[in-house]
Amino acid sequence: MLRKGLAIAALGLALVGGSAFAAGTQEEPRTVAWSFNGPFGKFDRAQLQRGYKVYREVCSSCHAMHLMSFRNLGQKGGPFYDPEYPNPNNNPYVKAIAKDYQIDDIDSETGDVVKRPGVPADRFASPYPNEAATRASNGGALPPDMSTLSKAREGGPDYIYSLLTGYGEVPAGLEVPEGKHYNPYMAGDVSAFWKGKGHAPIGGLIAMTPPLAPDKVTFDDGTKSTVDQQARDVAAFLAWVSEPKMEERKAFGVGTMAYLLILAGLLYVSYKRIWRNVAH
Amino acid sequence: MADANPEHGVEGDDPNRRDFIHIAAGVAALGAAATVAWPIIDQMNPAGDTLALASVEFDLTKVQLGQSVTIKWRGKPLFIRHRTGVEIASAIKDDKADLRDPSTDEERHKKGKAEWLVLIGTCTHLGCVPTFGGGDYGGWFCPCHGSHYDTSGRIRKGPAPKNLAVPDYAFLSDTVVKVG
Amino acid sequence: MSGHSNYTPKTGIERWLDARLPVVRLAYDSLVDFPTPKNLNYWYTFGGILAICLGIQLVTGIVLAMHYVPHVDYAFGSVERIMRDVNYGWLVRYMHANGASMFFIAVYAHMFRGLYYGSYKAPRELLWILGCVIYLLMMATAFMGYVLPWGQMSFHGAVVITNLFGALPIVGQSITTWLWGGFAVDNPTLNRFFSLHYLLPFMIAGVVILHIWALHVVGNNNPSGVEVKSKADTVPFHPYYTVKDGFAIALFMIMFAAFVFFNPNALGDPVNYVPADPLVTPAHIVPEWYFLPFYAILRAVPDKLMGVLMMFSAIGVLFVLPWLDTSRVKSMRYRPTTRLYFFIFVVACLVLGFCGGRLPDDHVIPGLTTFTLIDADLNSMVWLSRIAAAYYFAYFLIILPVMGLTESPLPQPASISEPVLSHSAAMPVGAAASPEKRG
Repeated sequence: MLRKGLAIAALGLALVGGSAFAAGTQEEPRTVAWSFNGPFGKFDRAQLQRGYKVYREVCSSCHAMHLMSFRNLGQKGGPFYDPEYPNPNNNPYVKAIAKDYQIDDIDSETGDVVKRPGVPADRFASPYPNEAATRASNGGALPPDMSTLSKAREGGPDYIYSLLTGYGEVPAGLEVPEGKHYNPYMAGDVSAFWKGKGHAPIGGLIAMTPPLAPDKVTFDDGTKSTVDQQARDVAAFLAWVSEPKMEERKAFGVGTMAYLLILAGLLYVSYKRIWRNVAH
Repeated sequence: MADANPEHGVEGDDPNRRDFIHIAAGVAALGAAATVAWPIIDQMNPAGDTLALASVEFDLTKVQLGQSVTIKWRGKPLFIRHRTGVEIASAIKDDKADLRDPSTDEERHKKGKAEWLVLIGTCTHLGCVPTFGGGDYGGWFCPCHGSHYDTSGRIRKGPAPKNLAVPDYAFLSDTVVKVG
Repeated sequence: MSGHSNYTPKTGIERWLDARLPVVRLAYDSLVDFPTPKNLNYWYTFGGILAICLGIQLVTGIVLAMHYVPHVDYAFGSVERIMRDVNYGWLVRYMHANGASMFFIAVYAHMFRGLYYGSYKAPRELLWILGCVIYLLMMATAFMGYVLPWGQMSFHGAVVITNLFGALPIVGQSITTWLWGGFAVDNPTLNRFFSLHYLLPFMIAGVVILHIWALHVVGNNNPSGVEVKSKADTVPFHPYYTVKDGFAIALFMIMFAAFVFFNPNALGDPVNYVPADPLVTPAHIVPEWYFLPFYAILRAVPDKLMGVLMMFSAIGVLFVLPWLDTSRVKSMRYRPTTRLYFFIFVVACLVLGFCGGRLPDDHVIPGLTTFTLIDADLNSMVWLSRIAAAYYFAYFLIILPVMGLTESPLPQPASISEPVLSHSAAMPVGAAASPEKRG
């Protein structure tokens, strides 16, 4: 009875959990063997640093990350964590990164809006003052904020990696309008622009021009800066941005599961002992 | 322990007997509860963003000689005063005076930096913010109940029991001080 | 089974307390000494699991409320602050979000157990109805809770559900405006949902107390459906069921921990990590998984008002179930044909859940287009929902009333302790299920 119940439940959950891609509006993202996959996964610190550099030099010109502060870069698990500075506010690398940004502030004497160098406690500034300005500078499109982008997309870092490397040949027969680009990993419906034979290709139109190019970002650790490498690194970085506590969560989880398994075992033996001589 | 169980021997166990396994299971369950309790308690401790503002760096070139600047630090006012020679001399002269909270001026600034006084701007009586320069001793005056502080921030007259507090701070360079 | 109390206070403090407010006696009578049928199987542990779930949701919820800001401009950011900056905030938030799903997994198991073993039948009708009230309160709480993070799904889910009330004739629009506190889902709506989301769980706790009280007055049902006849049929709740429930809770916590620590967003929708935008609707609006069957019923009906009424009726029919099922026999163990219909009912519920998560026009068998029946292709999710929903209502309104009158049940044991077999349907030795006995 119990087994049957569990089987029904599992089947039910499996059905209900169904694939979100069955509707067929976008290509399934290519899976990458991320270092942080699995219950024991950890971020690759060097990859996070490279990914931050890609964000800083390429993405941050259009994409905000307003829920992140500079100090987060120096916290445990982050790209620039230094055990010598457990409080990331004192981390010299973080302070240097923050100083590079100009942050809006009010002059305490004149009351004017001024720009001042950032401090670790500041948030990452948006490249534009407000949404209207963002849209005006991007042909009406709104580059999404990157603070939660990785967990806001089905497939997470796999999706981001696939999208960034997915710009390629436009299928003959697809008339891509000005200002847009075809990407098979982008959700959408291109049938309105399909002039070819048969079904329209899956994928959608994205307003972002292919952002990466070979050697566009030089990596300080000497890693070859291919588009593929940049895409992997920035996807990993964005995965960290979405979930800075992932490593801590998994580590806590391993300990918790081990403890719970032991607890369940003890309770089972206790239960069997108590019921030993009761006919039931 | 009730052991009025008719069946003795290997099979017959009073289920209420304190076997080791029951104790072990009970202790393990309590351990689980304690492990869950700690995060619930710790979450009320200051969060990351609050701790981020726990220390502040200040550029001293902003403070003219003879002036005092008030900034917000950990939610409270912080006085940073650039003392003149006259003020320093008057503070040292009163080291031996009859002080309610005895303290030499030397103890209240960093070595070699007598011109810089960094104090928490909260009156030690009931927490009002003293005004700069007022009072009979040239330091600060608290308008709430009339406490007078001297040029070293020591209480000289009025109801406050202690001197203005000196926070934990350090000079990162000649012109930058880090408080907290 | 509320009978004589066997509690004798042992210490001075216990005697003092017992004379003034007999809480220790109450606890002893309900949780230690309480005579419980000795043949309860693991399906009966979900009640205890549910109590733990309620406790977890209350504690984690109160903690979250210390940091959450119920304002449209700050809600999303405050949740992310909890995840990033508050000490162990990520743990508390994931426990609360996944705890809600666990709560519903347990409540569905608990309800299906009740349906299978006839736990809603006399004298337990009120116990069952109180359970339905708890279920309704849970759904309201969960719905409002999901709105609070103010993500895309939070916002648009709130829009869809509050708009349902607009289907009511005459008063519909006024009610919707009253719910919103404005002309659309906006800050007033969010703020009041936060207030009510905080309130309702305490209402749930109150009804749970009534639920357990109602249980203790009549005594537990058991897998045989035969009432307790003597002391020989029961064991004291402690330590027999405290430890068994404890073991089941530990297993449940393993499943809970697997989600919280290793796949915390599996049961949610990624789109809810996009901040709410009233001007952009997500491509697929879906409620959380535990609402999917009702969502499927809602969309199965072409008419808006009828869809709303059918959806609420699907819950409403549960309230009158004790009077729909005409069978004298409680447990499906002894109702072989009805039992088959029950399993099909379970499948129908799963199918409804599956359909609720799909677009109405999606093909059931991929690639196959048949003909249009009324308003949709026959090989579509909406028609599958209609068939499953029809069965759902037929089970309660036709099958159970009819089967109770026409089926000849299998012979039941004379008492719980009489056929002493350790597992599976306890059939008395010698009473074969002879063909002429089947209904």
